[in-house]
Amino acid sequence: MLKKLFSGLVAVTCLILAPFAHADIAIEHWQTRTGARVYFVPLSTLPILDVHLGFAAGDMFDPANKSGLASFTHKLLDLGAGDLNEVDISNRLADVGALLGGGKDSDRASVSLRTLTTPEKQAAALEVFEKILHQPHFAANVFAREQARSIAGLKDALTRPDTLASRAFWSALYPEHPYGVVSTPESLAAITVEDVRQFWRTHYTAANAVISIVGDLDRNAAYALAERLAAALPPGEEKLPALPAAPVVSEGKVTRVPHPASQAHVYLGLPAIARGDPDFFPLLVGNYTLGGGGFVSRLMNEIREKRGYAYSVYSGFSPMKQNGPFTISLQTKKEQADEATALTKKLLADFVQAGPTPDELAAAKAYLIGSFPLNLDSNGKILGQVANIGFYGLPLDYLTHYQERIQAVTLADIRAAFTKHVRLENLVEVTVGAAEVSAPEQ
Amino acid sequence: MTPPRSRILRFFTALLLFAALCAHASPADSTYETTLKNGLRVVVKEDHRAPVAVQMVWYRVGSMDEVDGASGVAHLLEHMMFKGTPKVGAGEFSKRVAAAGGRDNAFTSSDYTAYYQQIPKEKLPDMMALEADRMRHLTVDAREFAQEIKVVMEERRMRTDDNPHSLLFEQAHAVAFQAHPYRRPVIGWMNDLENMTAADAKAWYQVWYAPNNATLVVAGDVAHERVFKLAERYYGALKPQKLPARKPQVEPEQKGLRRLTVKGPAELPYLLLAWKAPGITKIDDAPEPFALDMLAAVLDGHDGARLPRRLVQEKQLATGVGASYDALNRGPALFYLYGTPATGQTPETLEAALKAEIADIAQNGVEAAELARAKAQLLASETYKLDSVFGQAMEIGAMEILGFTYKDVATLNARVDAVTAAEVQAAAKAWFNDDHLTVGVLQPTPLEKN
Repeated sequence: MLKKLFSGLVAVTCLILAPFAHADIAIEHWQTRTGARVYFVPLSTLPILDVHLGFAAGDMFDPANKSGLASFTHKLLDLGAGDLNEVDISNRLADVGALLGGGKDSDRASVSLRTLTTPEKQAAALEVFEKILHQPHFAANVFAREQARSIAGLKDALTRPDTLASRAFWSALYPEHPYGVVSTPESLAAITVEDVRQFWRTHYTAANAVISIVGDLDRNAAYALAERLAAALPPGEEKLPALPAAPVVSEGKVTRVPHPASQAHVYLGLPAIARGDPDFFPLLVGNYTLGGGGFVSRLMNEIREKRGYAYSVYSGFSPMKQNGPFTISLQTKKEQADEATALTKKLLADFVQAGPTPDELAAAKAYLIGSFPLNLDSNGKILGQVANIGFYGLPLDYLTHYQERIQAVTLADIRAAFTKHVRLENLVEVTVGAAEVSAPEQ
Repeated sequence: MTPPRSRILRFFTALLLFAALCAHASPADSTYETTLKNGLRVVVKEDHRAPVAVQMVWYRVGSMDEVDGASGVAHLLEHMMFKGTPKVGAGEFSKRVAAAGGRDNAFTSSDYTAYYQQIPKEKLPDMMALEADRMRHLTVDAREFAQEIKVVMEERRMRTDDNPHSLLFEQAHAVAFQAHPYRRPVIGWMNDLENMTAADAKAWYQVWYAPNNATLVVAGDVAHERVFKLAERYYGALKPQKLPARKPQVEPEQKGLRRLTVKGPAELPYLLLAWKAPGITKIDDAPEPFALDMLAAVLDGHDGARLPRRLVQEKQLATGVGASYDALNRGPALFYLYGTPATGQTPETLEAALKAEIADIAQNGVEAAELARAKAQLLASETYKLDSVFGQAMEIGAMEILGFTYKDVATLNARVDAVTAAEVQAAAKAWFNDDHLTVGVLQPTPLEKN
């Protein structure tokens, strides 16, 4: 039986012997017979099993005028499946102490399970998990209820300054790309339960799935588990829609929106890089000095420590399937928002032009290399890393060489990468709660 | 909007502290303790899965130790702890932690103030040197204070003033408690912040920051004997001092329902019910707090639990509901129910529905399966918590600072596990009298369109 399971599988094992971290994490990789990609890390120190399925089923796949469809599909998976209604599902998992998790962003929708490995508990948890993946009901009455909840929740969120600022920011960054489309009460209302079912059939397929397994399980059992989970996913006869054209650069644009809050919420940024872009490492190391490095960045030092303008200010790159954003954000008393924003832009411009000093570069490397073991110090964190490697098709030895890649970054690399990816003429600026507004709102 | 009394992180997100009852037992055989001559308690949890460690220092002082006119000083001092000593310049602390590949932060609650560094294990001695230095030698420079108080005011604007749900919780505590200091917000009233001085912060530090008012917790890939030696080397010479007497400030019995309204920009109203409830003060206390803990789990421990099932899924009276109860505090406990009425419903209909759920349990009790389910979740979480070195250190620190020890976790869990359906029913009967209830409502004000 096991022999059969192995036939046709290409198992790739990659032993990670990180020179600095003393952590060795072996990621095994293979494909199920139905084409799902599997990533497995056996870890037997705790009697815990984590299983994570990621699908290219994020918001970017929402059809025009039905923004929110990916979200509904993801939300409804565990609200009734197979012979279980939504209460049965939740109760059965709770009965064995299992935790259902997952998330959804622009690129990906994921479903995960954490269970104890006591045989009867694990079996019961996996049985429910399988039904959620293979036989979701998408019942009309449950859908209608969730639709009403979502519309009410969105209307409430649209009163909050940070929600408004974030939405305006993404819309301005990606005027022609799905990353910039935000759901509205109208778009949520336009979605039907049949749309949901269709979206599920198209996107939650084996060929579109990345299965990550971490925990106290042997290899044979992992093979069998992956086969079982992948086998009854929708066959995916529908062709996956092609990815949209890559986002174009944003036009430098200033948006100012009124809000009664005492603070202004400020976002600055532009579309930058995709996952796997080799410039990621110079940008990561450079950004540590600019605004990524917790309490020790230039933005933190100038905006918070020296002037007390803001409680939090940060900058960061979010690589996505396609060019994800570079973002700077801060909140500050609205009367001083213009000063704080002007200073932030000056600090950014200085940094893009001159990059970090040699001392700053050394400090960035010391932190990013030294803290690496903290990214892998639990089953949960390892699962997250492995799921990302799988979903974004990063090399299996990505973690092995992570610290070397950081170490190799030079001052010239950072200046070149920032000059290339952070063109100030493309910078988008959004202020919600501005003291003076730019244009009437809808 | 779950955490009722805010625990404030110095930076970004509030940390969900799984105080005690939700956190559960640790295998005591890998936990070790000692107390230095100066009174510093040291607890070490060995976890050798990864080459990392966390150091935490918890001080038994929080906003409940403040006095009127100086609200927020405990939290402000937490910020000032990063602003330098004669040996370590302002801002230098976090730089050194980062250079060591570490992450540092701190948090303040009504009951305690704590500081931590997550680090590669070989950096522990350096972190101890830093943390010990600021336990007794903080500078509290007036210019640094002048900047930092502005940061804290921005923090208050962000967390509370511009967040109608937070404002509702803040106001509800000010109404529920009249004598006990839990009536004051951890972050402080804005006017108190505006009038705070560097001298206030310095005085606070001098009174409360001493080894005999602190617990050092180290967890991770460490050997406890060596940690004890390091603790002696770095912290052993710090002088203890006499701590002020702490007055109990017991809240007088509430004699009648209290209602309040907060207006703020929102689309949906929000409802908060808070009943005075008993907490756990001793390990062998009466079973009520343990039964209330199970009651909260039966009401809202998972998506299929009573409140979400009946009020969100079946009756569709609310878009979201919850129950929350924390039995372990230095001060008095509250049992909360809260929720957002569905479109077409009102805070009044939701209030009646939430109370009806309690009344149902008071009258008809809970099913054996419901209670077993709540206990199964608790049992599983005892294993899951072992996946986080940080979480284990948090649990130890909280237990120690709240007047228990890490060894009590197992006993507390055993007591929860022993709760019967009859005790849950009795708790629902006993503790949900309107006379001990505070009801808060967020009344939405629409955004003005230009």
